[in-house]
Amino acid sequence: MGQLYLNLSSESVMIEVKELSKTYQLGKVDVHAMVDVTFRIDAGEFVAVMGPSGSGKSTLMNLLGCLDLPSSGSYFLEKFDIRSLSPNQLAEVRNKRIGFVFQNFNLLPRASALENVELPLLYGRIQNSHQIARDSLERVGLADRAMHRPNELSGGERQRVAIARAIVNNPAIVLADEPTGNLDTRTGDEIMNVFSSLNDEGATIILVTHERDVASRARRIIQMKDGRMHQDILNEGLIA
Amino acid sequence: MLIYDLFKMALRSLIANTMRTFLTALGMIIGVASVISMISIGEGARQQTLSTISKFGTNIITVKPGRKKTRHVSSDSVQTLLLSDADAIEEHVSLIIGAAAQVYRPAQLKFGNKNTNTTVRGTGRKYAKLANFTLDSGRYFTKEEIISARRVAVIGATVVKNLFPDINPIGQELKVDGNNYLVIGITEAKGALSWYDPDDQIFIPVTTAQKRLFGMSYVQSIDIQADKIEDLEQIKKEIDTFLRIRHGIREGEESDFHVQNSSQWLNSWGDAAKTFTYLLGGIAGISLLVGGIGIMNIMLVSITERTREIGIRIAIGAKKSEIMEQFLIESVLISFIGGGIGIMLGILISRTVSEIGGWETIVSTQSILLAFGFSVAVGIFFGFYPARKAANLNPIDALRYE
Repeated sequence: MGQLYLNLSSESVMIEVKELSKTYQLGKVDVHAMVDVTFRIDAGEFVAVMGPSGSGKSTLMNLLGCLDLPSSGSYFLEKFDIRSLSPNQLAEVRNKRIGFVFQNFNLLPRASALENVELPLLYGRIQNSHQIARDSLERVGLADRAMHRPNELSGGERQRVAIARAIVNNPAIVLADEPTGNLDTRTGDEIMNVFSSLNDEGATIILVTHERDVASRARRIIQMKDGRMHQDILNEGLIA
Repeated sequence: MLIYDLFKMALRSLIANTMRTFLTALGMIIGVASVISMISIGEGARQQTLSTISKFGTNIITVKPGRKKTRHVSSDSVQTLLLSDADAIEEHVSLIIGAAAQVYRPAQLKFGNKNTNTTVRGTGRKYAKLANFTLDSGRYFTKEEIISARRVAVIGATVVKNLFPDINPIGQELKVDGNNYLVIGITEAKGALSWYDPDDQIFIPVTTAQKRLFGMSYVQSIDIQADKIEDLEQIKKEIDTFLRIRHGIREGEESDFHVQNSSQWLNSWGDAAKTFTYLLGGIAGISLLVGGIGIMNIMLVSITERTREIGIRIAIGAKKSEIMEQFLIESVLISFIGGGIGIMLGILISRTVSEIGGWETIVSTQSILLAFGFSVAVGIFFGFYPARKAANLNPIDALRYE
């Protein structure tokens, strides 16, 4: 447990979780939100996490996103043992190595699209943040909307801004929590296209969804049920 | 995150809620403005009092008659000092410039069809100098006029205003209790204290006052001017010893006179005025405190409203310290803006007061720094708890907050 680095069998391992569990205490009752989840995700993978509500998908996302710490088990992100990091180091991991995309976009309402994308760079004290943020917006095809505020953008555009923000620091993984949940089917498809092309460019993407259509865009599907990993399958349709 | 970006963000959120920011800052504005104006009014009153008092001279020792008790029988207390005591002190006590006896009483003055009630002060030649009176025109009485108890008078500016509004009083004869006195000089105006107008009096030779006007053989006080202020205590002791011997007072017996020092009076007045200033400033300071509570209140509201924003910031990599800084800067910025406007308002108020009320007010750099520093400190102090609350939010809950 004390080791900081894991001897990786392959250089390309991005995430390695072993017997990861999370137990919440609600009063005197222990709620086992996640029990003994073990898997490995390599660089460049596109993984969908599926399951009904209460199956532990959100808990898994929070743990992978370093927003929460596991009750037991280990989590290595790019060789780093997450449990050994200080709160400030965790903040830095969230800032530089993880990109979040949320169902409800979670943009700052008073800031322009560009400023929203720029924000992680500011927290990371990265030089030339303006240009980098602009490039990121271009990658999601929104360069011409840079100065608009979120309330002046459509749902699909907002989610693109959120994706641009998630990838602006070239993170190790992009975590998307129901990214199409608030969008109509056509716009949802467009957003999935953005994820697909990012994945083609080499980004590692983990996506939580309960929609089969959305999950079908991923190369691998992890099924959660009652806090445990139920299934871990390759998406044959796509691979074959 | 750089402090510049934090400032930009804080400023943006303050501007987004302009009305709320203004109302919150208003608490600070009123607090700072009242501290500055109250202190300036207190300071002004103190300086004015002190400068008026110091016009009477600060290196003056006053001897007043006291009660003499002999075997439980009290004799009349006010007749123990004589004109000759003053002369003797001047002759025998060292380190002094001079001594002047005086007698005084209110009396009615008349000139033509005008009359006024004022203080008539019988003094020696040295009194004008001792009491810091300078002559505006004319002359003071001569030694010869004192010896022969002539009816001559030097009059104050207020008396001139009351009796001689149109003509030059010098060479005119005015009536004091029915007798004619020749006006030979006018003293320069000193300006009045609220409770005492030094210009509302006339001076006549002490001998004239004793023999012709009041019919008294004693004097009411003797003023002695020291050469140097440092010698005051020693001179006081010397006078005390000298007069005790001269009045034949035995060891252990109470003196029939008191020796006082005007600078003690000045100091205690200064202290009283200072206390007054502190009191005013302190009361005004309470409003600063209330303003600070206003800031804390609005920051707590703001943090609740922006719970989700805080969650987003934590998710994309803000450290606890950075969240805290952001909200602290906001609260300090409010108090900073409030402090700045408050200073201007405070200066404006004290100017208006001195213009309309005719009071002297002094806005000192010290009071500005004090009020401003205090307001920023209030911003930090009352901003700290809300900022810490924001920094300690759980990001998962904060992101789900509706």
